[in-house]
Amino acid sequence: MAYGPHTAEDRARMLGAIGVATVDDLFADIPTSLRASGLDLPKPEPESDLTARLEALAGRNRVDLVSFLGAGAYRHFTPPVVDQLLLRGEFYTAYTPYQPEISQGTLQTIYEYQSLMAELTGLDVVSASHYDGATATAEATLMSCRATRRERVLVSRGVHPHYRETICTYFGGASLVAEEIPLVPEGPAAGTTDLAALERMLADPERPVGGVVAANPSFFGLLEPMAEIGRLAHAAGALFVSVVEPVSLAVLATPGSYEADIAAGDGQPLGIPLAYGGPYLGILACREALVRQIPGRLVGMTTDVDGKRAFVMTLRAREQDIRREKAASNICTNQALCALAAGIYLAAMGPHGLRDVATLGAARAAELESALAAAGAPRLHPGPYLNEFAVRVPGAAAIHGRLLDHGILAGLPLVRAVPDDPALTDALLVCATEVTTSEEIAAFAAALGAELAGAAR
Amino acid sequence: MVPQDLRYTKDHEWVRVEGDMATVGITEYAAEQLGDIVFVELPELGRTVTQFAAVGVIESVKAVSDLFAPVGGEVVESNLELSTSPELLNSDPFGKGWMLRIRLAAGATVDGLLDAAAYEALTAEG
Amino acid sequence: MTAAGDRLGPTLFERSRPGRGGGKVPHPPKDVLARIPAGLLRTEGPRLPEVSEPELTRHYVNLSQLNYAVDTGFYPLGSCTMKYNPKIDEWAARLHGFAALHPLAPDELSQGTLQLLWELEGALAEIGGMKAVTLQPAAGAQGELTGILMVRAYHRSRGDTGRTEVLVPDSAHGTNPATASMAGFTTVNIPSASDGGVDVDAFRAALGPSTAAVMITNPSTLGLFESRLCELLEAIHEAGALAYMDGANLNAIMGRFKPGEAGFDVMHINVHKTFSTPHGGGGPGAGPVGVGEKLLPFLPSPRVLREPDGRFRLETVGERPTSIGRVRAFVGNTGVLVRAYAYIRVHGGSGLCEVSEDAVLAANYLKARLSEILDVPFSRPCMHEFVASSATLKAETGIRTLDVAKRLIDYGFHPPTIYFPLTVEEALLIEPTETEPLETLDAFVEALRCIVAEAHSDPDLLHEAPHSSPVRRLDETKAARQPNLRWKAMTGVQTPCPD
Repeated sequence: MAYGPHTAEDRARMLGAIGVATVDDLFADIPTSLRASGLDLPKPEPESDLTARLEALAGRNRVDLVSFLGAGAYRHFTPPVVDQLLLRGEFYTAYTPYQPEISQGTLQTIYEYQSLMAELTGLDVVSASHYDGATATAEATLMSCRATRRERVLVSRGVHPHYRETICTYFGGASLVAEEIPLVPEGPAAGTTDLAALERMLADPERPVGGVVAANPSFFGLLEPMAEIGRLAHAAGALFVSVVEPVSLAVLATPGSYEADIAAGDGQPLGIPLAYGGPYLGILACREALVRQIPGRLVGMTTDVDGKRAFVMTLRAREQDIRREKAASNICTNQALCALAAGIYLAAMGPHGLRDVATLGAARAAELESALAAAGAPRLHPGPYLNEFAVRVPGAAAIHGRLLDHGILAGLPLVRAVPDDPALTDALLVCATEVTTSEEIAAFAAALGAELAGAAR
Repeated sequence: MVPQDLRYTKDHEWVRVEGDMATVGITEYAAEQLGDIVFVELPELGRTVTQFAAVGVIESVKAVSDLFAPVGGEVVESNLELSTSPELLNSDPFGKGWMLRIRLAAGATVDGLLDAAAYEALTAEG
Repeated sequence: MTAAGDRLGPTLFERSRPGRGGGKVPHPPKDVLARIPAGLLRTEGPRLPEVSEPELTRHYVNLSQLNYAVDTGFYPLGSCTMKYNPKIDEWAARLHGFAALHPLAPDELSQGTLQLLWELEGALAEIGGMKAVTLQPAAGAQGELTGILMVRAYHRSRGDTGRTEVLVPDSAHGTNPATASMAGFTTVNIPSASDGGVDVDAFRAALGPSTAAVMITNPSTLGLFESRLCELLEAIHEAGALAYMDGANLNAIMGRFKPGEAGFDVMHINVHKTFSTPHGGGGPGAGPVGVGEKLLPFLPSPRVLREPDGRFRLETVGERPTSIGRVRAFVGNTGVLVRAYAYIRVHGGSGLCEVSEDAVLAANYLKARLSEILDVPFSRPCMHEFVASSATLKAETGIRTLDVAKRLIDYGFHPPTIYFPLTVEEALLIEPTETEPLETLDAFVEALRCIVAEAHSDPDLLHEAPHSSPVRRLDETKAARQPNLRWKAMTGVQTPCPD
């Protein structure tokens, strides 16, 4: 058998010690009517064959295109030291650190991850990880309802559509209501959260709001008036949930600074591969006063009987194995190894490196904006952005398809992500990061320009 | 031996009634079962509680337990010291570890509760 | 543990010195951020540690050596299935074509991954005897939530809004009742029968028009196959409820029992258990969910579909309005699923059947040998795990399961699962898995034999164990009363960022 050590002799010895004739005797408890007879699956594939086939399968993915696609998952440079350290078996084959005496490696690295994210978000309490940005955001909305004992949440349309859908799925189970805050349709603040609409939505005394959720940068790449949104939320007695992107936090104002109560987001940009959607890293952080509401594991510092500093999972009574039906969340397995990857990435890049990554992305994005505008695709919105923005492209979906043939992945046609907004039918969401090159930008602009000129004829 | 002048519930709360005021806590037995207590959540002042309803939470390192009101009435005081020193529930559960004061509702009574002897018999069964 | 492994090191923050490290990316041009209003920017850079690569390498390597892991030793953890993590799985997940693919890439660029996911769904459907599988959930608990949300959608679709309860045996893993609450249901806990199985009569009494679903772990959390399963499933369906199987213990039954064929309507699978994806210190895993006919319309979207011409695609927005929607941002923990796929293909159908046989054989062997040393409450053959108890030891010596567990560490073993399931006093739930050599199992038995002897002769040795680990028993009370969840003070002054 592939990885099992047992020989026929071993099996005979075990059967003898047990006192049965065959292994079938050990399955006697399965009622006869329920017995299956084997699995209709392909034959075992020796590693030599499987490796060849997997290489071919991976080869069928086209990852060689010049990519400007972001929309919630970002291409970044990951220093090779990250993966080398992640390959240490003591890290990746370790179990959850329920026995802290022999898990200090995992526990200290998670404490460090919590500390690093606390520094990035400006909020003191960070969970040991959630599944991804969408589920972290969903849990943040549930937290805000629990903490305020209210049942209504307002979510800006600037939050990633997949995150909003996830909130709706989670709310399907709770008797809670999530409503969308519209975006400003035109003018200098076009595309950002409509503060006047938010204020009206908060003003209904019969339906008090527990949480207000906005993203910065938003799904459209725009920088949002987070301090103002927070003020409106707090004035109405609601908590303020900020959805964040961790690299941007090296340069943008932090949730802590604009008085968010909870921050949620995805740590994938911190050294975690794109890998078709996961495993990613749910970031969930909150003010200290909310510590007992936050779901997921928490690692704390303490001492052992000899007075040595040590780390341990703490505030365990929040979790499902103790609270059971009264637990705030059912989360058990998290994304610990991804949190470790993020910690190593941040340690390898350092504070200046992280700022450089954010700033380089912003520089390339400005270059991209000019190049695309010159090619006939100006920005859709006027407000400030960091490294992602939407551009106006008539027939965006079709042009996007044709650009694939030129080896260019021209971001995301917004009609696919937000089909219910006619203003976005002719728009592409594009981004640049520190790995985007001027040559790539030029190639994209040239190809797009040719498409637009061709269409104009 | 538990204090003889108190009444007890099956869920290991104790209550002392003086006039129309009831002082409530948990017993030493409960505190021992829970282990080191790390956090206590008490109901807000002014809240009306019904007898035997879950009104708070007592959290230890490895367990969690609801606090049930032994009598019905209005919460008029809670022991603020417990928020900084939850360990009082372990060290002095019948004294400094008191948890709530409830003004008894009209007709509320502790007659249905266990006396000291009955409570000791309950905990002896283990 | 090596001598190096005994050294607890400083945190990254204590290692930090101004000017160290970085240099991984070029410096940006000046004034890039001038186009952004100052009020939207951070006023000070984040105070992250500055460490050089050699230091950070030693930091993490030394920390890793403080860890116990499957790659270092045996984990007899019941219900966790800590089997060997094959290295081909790590290699496969890191193939550039898989690792570099963006989740929103058009389907035509993603054919390799889409094919892998589609084939994996098919394999898991066959193993579970289910009609279809979703690979979206990121963990077993999220799989449970997905399953129970589909149950909710099913009843609503039939206009049946009175089903507000989920029945759960008292031996269930805590995620089951927590899931029911998250999905908006009331949990009804049903006591176990004296033989450790589900009390079918108690379930019957609780089943009714308010029951949305019954969540059963099979084999149970005691490692026993529910021999009255037929009766139970019949009663559940008669009451108009759905049967959910918690598939955490799937390692025992591959090829011998298919939950869907037996009558379960929905189940989740923990790929980080049965299909060997590594535990990573707590995650990531994945929790695929299999469904029968009734729940098919409600699967999360987008599903992976195969066209008649053999090409693969994702469902488009709105293509299946009955879906419960997304349970996460993208299609799944794909990197983890690649590992599970590789594991399944290496083993093939016959290999997976052998896995279950060897898992059950090893557990019964260990149970037979340990019944001379500890209480084993249920004498009938177990499946892939069994419960032992140190209740007698406690009565005789005052030594508790916790002390036995901590002393096992001194003998070089990770303790088994302790104090679970809640229905057995001083429980140890032991699962050897199929990848442990007999020498290891025998050594584990000997260690327990020694520990039981020590319990009689030198109980303090156990009360104060472990003695040989990098740190000893921790003050968990202090950790909870005065939580310190983040490093507060960076040593040294940070250099200002070059402009």
